[in-house]
Formats: sequence, C-alpha cells, structure tokens
Amino acid sequence: MSIVEVKNLHKKFGNFQALDGVNLALNQGEIYGFIGPNGAGKSTTIRILLGILKASEGKATIFGKDAWHDAVEIHKRLAYVPGDVNLWPNLTGGEVIDLLIGLRGGNNKHKREELLERFALDPSKKCRTYSKGNRQKVALVAAFASDPELFIFDEPTSGLDPLMEQVFQEYVQAAKNAGKTVLLSSHILSEVEKLCDRVGIIRQGKIIESGTLSEMRHLTRTNLLVETKEPIPAIDEWKGIHNVQKDGQTLDFQVDSEELDAVIRYVSQYGIVKLESAPPTLEDLFMRHYEHKQETTEGGNS
Amino acid sequence: MFRSASDNIGSLITFTLRKDRVRIPLWLIGIIFFTILIPLALDDMFPTQDERDVMAETLANPAVTAMVGPGDIENYTIGAMTTHNMLLFTAVVVGLMSILLVIRHTRTEEEDGLSELLLALPVGRLANLNATLFVLTVTNIVLALVSGFSLYALGLESMDLEGSLLYGVALGSTGLFFTGVAAVFAQVSESSRGATGLSIAVLLLAYFIRAIGDVSNETISLFSPLGLVTQTKAYSANEWWPVLFLVGFSALLFLLANYLNAIRDWGAAFLHARAGRTHATRFLQSPIGLFFRTQRTAFISWAISMLVLGISYGSVMGDLESFFQGNELLEQMLIAEEGYSLTEQFIPALMLVMGILATVPPIMAMNKLIGEEKKNRIESILAAPVSRGKLLASNLIIAAFNGFVMISLSGIGLWLAAEAVMEDSFSFGTIYGASLVFYPAMLVMIGAALFLIGVAPRFTGLIWVYVVFSFITNYLGGLLDLPEWIEKLSPFGHIPALPVEKMEWTPIVLLISVAAILIILGFIGYRKRDIEG
Ligand SMILES: Nc1ncnc2c1ncn2[C@@H]1O[C@H](COP(=O)(O)OP(=O)(O)OP(=O)(O)O)[C@@H](O)[C@H]1O
Ligand SMILES: [Mg+2]
Repeated sequence: MSIVEVKNLHKKFGNFQALDGVNLALNQGEIYGFIGPNGAGKSTTIRILLGILKASEGKATIFGKDAWHDAVEIHKRLAYVPGDVNLWPNLTGGEVIDLLIGLRGGNNKHKREELLERFALDPSKKCRTYSKGNRQKVALVAAFASDPELFIFDEPTSGLDPLMEQVFQEYVQAAKNAGKTVLLSSHILSEVEKLCDRVGIIRQGKIIESGTLSEMRHLTRTNLLVETKEPIPAIDEWKGIHNVQKDGQTLDFQVDSEELDAVIRYVSQYGIVKLESAPPTLEDLFMRHYEHKQETTEGGNS
Repeated sequence: MFRSASDNIGSLITFTLRKDRVRIPLWLIGIIFFTILIPLALDDMFPTQDERDVMAETLANPAVTAMVGPGDIENYTIGAMTTHNMLLFTAVVVGLMSILLVIRHTRTEEEDGLSELLLALPVGRLANLNATLFVLTVTNIVLALVSGFSLYALGLESMDLEGSLLYGVALGSTGLFFTGVAAVFAQVSESSRGATGLSIAVLLLAYFIRAIGDVSNETISLFSPLGLVTQTKAYSANEWWPVLFLVGFSALLFLLANYLNAIRDWGAAFLHARAGRTHATRFLQSPIGLFFRTQRTAFISWAISMLVLGISYGSVMGDLESFFQGNELLEQMLIAEEGYSLTEQFIPALMLVMGILATVPPIMAMNKLIGEEKKNRIESILAAPVSRGKLLASNLIIAAFNGFVMISLSGIGLWLAAEAVMEDSFSFGTIYGASLVFYPAMLVMIGAALFLIGVAPRFTGLIWVYVVFSFITNYLGGLLDLPEWIEKLSPFGHIPALPVEKMEWTPIVLLISVAAILIILGFIGYRKRDIEG
C-alpha cells in the first residue's frame, strides 16, 4: 500500500502555475528522495501534502486519507521538518521541542535526551540566540523524538555541519530500519544518494524522472576512462559519446547506456591498456536535467 | 595606559556619528518639537490665570503627583504648568533615547561581532566606549541648549531665560545620567537585550521611587535621578543643585564603565545570560498556552497602562465641576442631560475613550496570528495534529480575554481613583458597568479583525482604519456635527451612554450577533484558504 500518493497535482498561485501535474507514490518503509532545482515545486508539493496549501486540482493522500480534509488525523502520525525553521524568539529550544512533541501527543523523554546529546543542542537557550543550524536541530529533535510513521523533511540539513549531517543520516537510517517511511527533499545529492531507495526529480512543477537509482542510471551515461596502445581515431564523432577529454593516450568521456556495447567493441580494436568505468553519480543525472532545463527555458522565452 | 587604550578615538567618533546621522537628529527633533509645542498648546487652552488656577486645583491630588511629580500649584504660570506636566515625561524619554543609543553602539556591536573588526584596526580597547560616551554627551548638550533657547524664544511671559535653560539642562543631564547607566550595563550584561532591559529597569525604578517619595516623603525622591529632575523646579524656584548632582553622578558612571571595560575580555561580561527552562510546562504545550506565552509581556504592559489610564482619568474627577464651567469646548461634547451632575455626564465620554483604547491590545493579540503566519511559524503548528479551527479559536479566546481584562482594568482604575479623590463617589457597579458596556463593541472589532484574517489576509491592517474611524466619529462626533448614522457605522456608536442613559439590551444583542456572524465567516474563510507559511 502506498503511504503517500499524489496524483495529477496542480497548484496555481494567481496566474503562476507552480505545480503542473505532479505524480508521486511512497511505499511503506522506503526513503524517497525528492530533488529538483530551486523553485521547481518541492516545497509547494510538501505543503499541499501537509494541508497547509490547498491543491488547485488533483489528489494528495497520506495513509489513504485526504491531505486537506483529514489533515489533523494524518498529522497525528507524521512529523515534518522544514528547511527554514522559524521559532519563537522568547521560548527556549527545550520548550519548543516539548511544545511540538506535546501538540503531536507523544512523549518519549528518554529519546529526547538522547537526541539532544547526539545533536549537541543546548535546550536552555532562547531560540533568539540559536544559529540556523541550531534551529534546525530543534525541529529535528522534536521530529525524531515523537516516533511517527512518516517523516517529511524539506531540506532538513541545509544548515547542519558535516558531523551533524552524519547524525541526521544515522537517525533516518534507523527510522527506515524500524519500518518508517521518509520523504526527503534535499539539495545535498550525496545525502540523497546515500539514503534514498527511490528518487523523483521535479522540474517546473512536473516530475520528469523517477525510480530507483539503478533504474535511473540505466537510462543514462556511464563515465569511461580508457588508455589504448594506439590512438583511437574520430572518437568525438562516435554516436552517444560526450565530453571527451584527452590526456596523452588517455581518454575520458561519457557514453549513453544504449551505445555502451558498440563503443567498447570499437575501442577494444586499438589495444586497451587500462579501462575504468564509473556509474553516473546522482549529480551527473541531475546536472543533465538541469542543463536541459536551461536550454528549454531559453527556447521557451524566445 | 588610558591614552593608548583610547587611540584613534577621533575616527571612531566620526564613524559613530555617521552611523547615527539620521537617528540622533530624529530623536532630537522629536523631543524638542514636543518640548516647545506643549507650552504653546497650554497657553492656547488656558489663556487666563483663573483657568490655570482651576487646572492647578484639579491636578493637586496624590494620583497626579505620583504620575507627574510635584508642581508649583500656588503660582501656576504657563512655565510652571509646562514643568509640572511635561518635564518628568520628557526626561524619561530622553533617558530612553540615551539608553537605546548607547547600547546600540556598545554591546550590540560587540554581540554582532562588529567591533571585533574595529579592534583589529589600530584603535584602543576603550576607544569605542569613549567614542560612544563622547557622541552621547554632545547629543545631550545640544539637546539641553537647543530646547532651552527654543523655550525662551517662544517669548511667553512666564518663561524667562534662566528657567528655560534650566529646563533644557535638566533634560540634558538626565540624558547624561542614563548614558552612564547604559554604558555600565553594556559592560555588565552579555547580551544587548539584557543590557537594555537592565537600564530601562533602572529608569522605571527611578520613576517609581520618585513617585513614592513625591506622595509620601520628598527626601526619598532625592535618591532617584528623576526625583532630582523635578526638584529643579524650573520656571519657579529655579534650583541648579540637582543638575550638578546629576552631572557628577554621570561622570562617576562614565569612569566606572571605563574601568569595567578595561578589566574584562572582549565579548565577555560580568553577568551571563541566565539559562532558560529546558522543558516546557504542560500549559505551554497547547496553541492557547503558546499564544499566551508569546504575548505575555505585551499583555502585562498593556494591562498596567490601562490601569494607569483609568487611575489618571479618575483622579481628575474631584474637581471636574469647577473645571467644566466656562469651557465651551467640553460642554459641547457632553450630552446635556437634566438631573445628572457634570461629572456623571463626563463619564460616558471617558469610558468611550478608554473603551476604544482598550480595543487596541486585543486587536493586536488577534492580528498576532497573521504576524505568526508571515513569520512562517504557523506551519510548524499546523503540521502537528492541530486543526485550523482550533488554532483560530485559541487565538480568539486569547484576544477576547485580553479585551475583557483591559476594559475591566480601565474601569477599576477609574473607580479606585475617583473613590480616593471624590467626597461623594460612585458605586463600583455604576463605574464598572459603564465601562463593561463597551465590551460587545469590542467583540465586534475583534470579530472584524478575525474576519479579515480568514477572508482577506492581505488586508488585516484595515482594522486599524476602522478603529481610528470609530474614535473620530464617536469621540469627536458631537463637535464635528456629524449625522448620527455615521456614528452608527461604528459599533461604539450603539453603546448606551451609562450612567446618563438607561441600559438598553437591544443594541447589545445586535452587536453580539454581528460579532458572531463576523467570527463564523472568518472561521469559514480561514479553513478554506492557503496558509502562507
Ligand atoms: N505563496 C506563493 N505565492 C506565489 N508563488 C509562490 C508561492 N509559494 C511558492 N511560489 C512559487 O512557486 C514555485 C515553487 O516554489 P517551491 O517553494 O515549491 O520551490 P522549491 O522546489 O521548494 O524550491 P527550493 O529548492 O528553492 O526550496 C516558485 O517559483 C515560487 O516562487
Ligand atoms: Mg523549498
């Protein structure tokens, strides 16, 4: 059963079409990465899921319930951490954590203390004095301490230092191991790559790619580094080969997956000395879409 | 050592002045403008000595003395009147100005890490403090001289050069004193808020010590810098010794601040921010608790202000009859009603002013919800299992409670003071009822604010237009000869003028129904719309 299901979601802000038919599904127990360039519509999708914004068209359900109508019921079973955590300046971090946990109804004292320690957060300070990272920790501690079935994170680590990011990843992993479902929107692709089972890429209000990382890699390019005895003629002109870089007899390029076989055959004629291949990183995938986006927006504007 | 510690102070002074090239002139212009405006207005309102003596009579009671200090009641010239009514308040404002400016240039800069940049340049450790002290000293001297000479320049008969200068210098030396206080607390406290808070606490304490002293034993007042200010008796006895004391103490405070700055590390302090609670109370863990907690300080300050307002209105009740005779303006505003004393007839007008003023804090409490939304804090609450209805209802309860407390305190204050100054006072029920009868009108205003939050969140500011409209049409309606239906456009226009008129329930029921309808529509709108954040 899908924990989160979004079908043909549209959202208009005045005349501006922020979401233009988003489709998403999160299965029980998986970590779903939600990535896309700035302004693509990630936060808007998440806010509709939270019932804070009302969809113009389409359907969003969580736990099989309508995200708008049954918001209160749904929220009993989920925790949300925004990227830009805004807190009440005259309350202390500890008070805000208790407030957020208390509103949700759960209370796990032991877990709270452990989290405070792991995230190295002083709960006796007024929120006014917290840095961005510390404000984010407040929301993270409150989320992890309340033990929900679904976590929704919107760029939760944008202000955390690498050490804290590590702690965050550990807790997300632990949540997954405990059978929880996680929706993680992030610009830190290494984090998404490390944690997520499946990834959805959104651009201009549409999901343009989604699936497991290996499925997505399959559709894309592989990085190859070859050194041959004899120089390979006209490699640049070969179909499906991109970004060729020459360094003496060593060549570095990318190959479209469907051309890989042919390219290897061709190259092997020239006596391979060394061959290294690397799967594309999420960054490569993402960059490809991003570059593509710029082409289309330029075209669209003219 | 001291010299090198203040190296390069000249360029820092220039720098400080440049940063405040708008702020300081604005403060000065504002203060001086009011200083010269008041005697002109008084001269206009009380042109003859007889009228001034009536006023003196009215004001000669302990409640007023506690508020504004002692005055030269025997010889109540325009000058003496200005000193009596304005010197203390203006001195408090000057003190506040000095505190805010000093903290801004000392602890705030340190806290923000700005003066670290400066310390890395070839400037002495004490240079920033002394540059600030220098700038504030100059500011206060300018204030003293300009306000002194401008008062004299008004050319009013009773305002001679000596009195005018003393008035100005009393203000300037208060500024110097609180410059010193703030400079010391800027060393002592770790945060700029802490330093500002402690300095303002000293200012308030000075005010209250003086208030107690002025009504009981004048020697006590001498322990307060503000008590010294009123002891100058500008335009009557013209005493200069209190100014000398103030300047002398200021110099000591300047030295103390320098000493404390010299013996501490940069960024360090003698008092550390107190650790707050690590856990929330049970009460806080609900929207209502949260809203109450985040508005607590504003609530308490407003509550005290409303009580003081009620007391100050009540304290003039004793001599109202004589005061009214011959004042056409005021007589015109009253409803000429047979069988009621002038004092009684004055009550509905007072209650109206207090009722509309008491509407301000509950509307602010209601609009807090939209403020929270704009600051992106509502989303954290709505992401928890809290319905929009519950959120809005919590805020409504807070606002309605707030309004009830405000209007009650203003009525209670008025009754308490009237009881103290009048020989034949009113019953508590009469006064409290006359004040509480405005509550339904207040509920309509709160309802209108809620309606805007739910239905037109971009236009929540419009409610203030309605408040001002209510005030103008109802308070000045009689004067301006407005048709009655315009008054009735405001909920305050429907309230029976107790105790002069009889109680009428029809408009009350009507107002409560209107409030209920606005509230219901607001709820419907709020549950349907997008939350911005
Ligand atoms: N309340 C609003 N009114 C008008 N436009 C809005 C509103 N909220 C979002 N938008 C627009 O909708 C688009 C999608 O915004 P959204 O915040 O969902 O992007 P995002 O993918 O989260 O971007 P980022 O990575 O920068 O967080 C943006 O172009 C944004 O300007
Ligand atoms: Mg976003």
